[in-house]
Amino acid sequence: MRHTCLALLLSLWAVLACAFEIEESRSYPVPGGSELRILSTADADVFEPIITAFQAIYPIAITYDVASSAQVMAGLYEEGAAYDLAISSAMDLQTKLANDGLAQRYASDATAALPPWAKWGDQVFAFTQEPAVLVLNAQVFETLAAPKNREGLITLLRAHPEVFDGRIGTYDIRVSGAGYLFATQDSRNTESFWRLTEIMGRLNTQLYCCSSEMIDAVARGELALAYNVLGSYARARLTDTPEVRIVEMDDFVSVMLRTALIPQTAQAPQAAGLMIDFLAGLRLRPDLVAATGLPPVVSASAADERVIRPIRLGPGLLVFLDRLRRDTFLRSWASSIEQD
Amino acid sequence: MTVARAPSSIRRRLVVQLALVAALLSVVFFLALRVVAERATEATQDNILAASATSIADAVYTDAGVVRVEIPYSALSMLGTVSEDRVFYHVILDGETLTGYEDLPVPEARGAGRDPRFATYLYRGDTVRAVVVQRALNVDRPHRVDVVVAQTRRGLAAISSRITTTATAIGVVFFLAATALSTFAAQNALAPLSRLTEAVRRRGPRDLRPVTAETPTELTPLVGGLNGFIARLRSALTRSEDLIVEAAHRVRTPLATVRTQAEMVHLQMEKPENRAALRQMIRAVDESSRSAGQLLDHAMVTLRSDQLETEEIDPVELLRDAVDRLSPTADLKDIVITLDLSTTELRVQGDTILLQNAVRNMLDNAIKYSPADTEITVRLVPGVLCRLEVSDQGRGFLAEDVARMPERFSRGSNVEDVVGSGLGLTIVRDVAEAHGGSLEITPNMEGPGACVTLVLPCS
Repeated sequence: MRHTCLALLLSLWAVLACAFEIEESRSYPVPGGSELRILSTADADVFEPIITAFQAIYPIAITYDVASSAQVMAGLYEEGAAYDLAISSAMDLQTKLANDGLAQRYASDATAALPPWAKWGDQVFAFTQEPAVLVLNAQVFETLAAPKNREGLITLLRAHPEVFDGRIGTYDIRVSGAGYLFATQDSRNTESFWRLTEIMGRLNTQLYCCSSEMIDAVARGELALAYNVLGSYARARLTDTPEVRIVEMDDFVSVMLRTALIPQTAQAPQAAGLMIDFLAGLRLRPDLVAATGLPPVVSASAADERVIRPIRLGPGLLVFLDRLRRDTFLRSWASSIEQD
Repeated sequence: MTVARAPSSIRRRLVVQLALVAALLSVVFFLALRVVAERATEATQDNILAASATSIADAVYTDAGVVRVEIPYSALSMLGTVSEDRVFYHVILDGETLTGYEDLPVPEARGAGRDPRFATYLYRGDTVRAVVVQRALNVDRPHRVDVVVAQTRRGLAAISSRITTTATAIGVVFFLAATALSTFAAQNALAPLSRLTEAVRRRGPRDLRPVTAETPTELTPLVGGLNGFIARLRSALTRSEDLIVEAAHRVRTPLATVRTQAEMVHLQMEKPENRAALRQMIRAVDESSRSAGQLLDHAMVTLRSDQLETEEIDPVELLRDAVDRLSPTADLKDIVITLDLSTTELRVQGDTILLQNAVRNMLDNAIKYSPADTEITVRLVPGVLCRLEVSDQGRGFLAEDVARMPERFSRGSNVEDVVGSGLGLTIVRDVAEAHGGSLEITPNMEGPGACVTLVLPCS
């Protein structure tokens, strides 16, 4: 099983070599209107309120195709698929698309109002900021003190191997783009990352493809804690699953930005620009924020800036996409997390 | 053939030429500033690129005999700190791509050694600045690693356009300031010329003294030439005046002899027609003698006006003296001269001979044009400008003649029957002007005739 996984996903390029797959496609026709084709990693259900609200203002027909971030990259980078807007949570892949000249420039009053860290080169525009959090099972932590930071987490795992053995979850960063992004940023930001990975490997950590599955496992009590879970997903579940607790680390919190860009192949860049403006103004629409559960980009106050760091858009993100760097990182990580 | 030109102005030429120089300097300044600033920003980008490539080259390592590279996060992120430019890299091991953008060209070898080499070329639709850094590696055998890092130049272009804007603004301000200063400098440099012009322009019509105004060395030849010219003019004038004096003198003496002889003959004549002819002759001789006298007076007035020998004069005495001298002539025509002199003590700063001359000519004129048995009033009106008035009951002046009466040899159009030289009022006017006063010709307020007034400043 693991070997098939590895064989399939050993390298990004291997993934990209495959023809890109669309998981779901929805149409929102408008009679007589022009058409906007969106390729996105966000679930159609999550994004639907935004499309409905957008169409209430602009009579533009929308086709919404959902694919994984790797497939979005493959479709645009390898196959030159014709889309007017690419929305992805994989900041690094979006940055690479823009850097390698596959995105169009766009500027408007709405994009000018975005904070400087929420856009890059007038090509990549962030519209949500989603922190990586620690999700805990409330029952397990009735008796244990919740860790406040990564050092605390290491100490806790060392002190109670009997509680946590086989009950820790995290992303399989070989599969998940978001997981890889969080892991690489962790490795950059703290010395404790590799020690933490080592300990998690010793405690037979379970690997997952997606945040929602980890949250489900924590809610069911299969997992005592899940590390680097997308906070927006976890928060959305807080109300109906009291078994789940969320901890934002106080040493640092990586914040992933969901970004949009207009591909070079776009046939309706004006309509795409309108959608970017609409997304950039998401914070002005609390109804949509509530309906989608997507936390909009807001200018962080100086106090937040210390701990909550939006992952910086820019050429730095290209480093972990480097073939050799990625190979090395994944090998180190795999040898730490899989110790049997 | 000469081309007609608009009169040229030294100041305009100076300002225009200085402005042209300022414009030229502004352009040079603008270009220099741009070149220097752009070199500096380019050097900055080159340095960051070289640092990035070097840090990648340093991250090349061998793992079980395999050469690998772990691109440092900072190697690429540092390029993103300055601008949001696109970044490309290419790591080559012995000519084979190790990682990165395989189609990113290596800058051509130029210069020696392992120094970073830079190049600018077109890549993926954008101009990029690229650097290659080499590193030698010894694993089993010598290896060569080339690290190419390239970055687009949009940030540089933005900086460049900012520099251009700043340089333009500075150039324009420099030009405006320089032009303003040039105008000021031209004005300043030409001030001595204006002073000289003013000094020459302010002179009276007969002021023929050499120009003594302080002049800059450049103008000394001009002033020297001008003074030479004035000296020549003065000597020419003096010669002609001398000639007139000499001529008048030479005419007057023989005329006096002729008159004496004619009078003697007149006494001996018996026949009335002969006596009448002789009387006419004597009158003609008198007129000629008078004209010669006036020519002499005029010449003297002209000469003395240049250098007045001023002293304090009592105008009352002046008038009395003149009336005393001319009373015999007036008596001949039964003309009564009334003196109406103020009792105030008055003093006039003036040249006695000239003023006597003027007053005599005024009285002489009045007597000459007054019919027999009339009255002439001589009046002195005191004031800051005191007025010496001579009113007669003669035929007066025609209004159209008044303005040209003081001109030389100009006579009223109603006196063709009387012999005269046309110099009398000219002498009065010249004397008045030499003393800072004036001549006024008005009709007589108290009856027919005219009133001639010599206005003089007095104390």
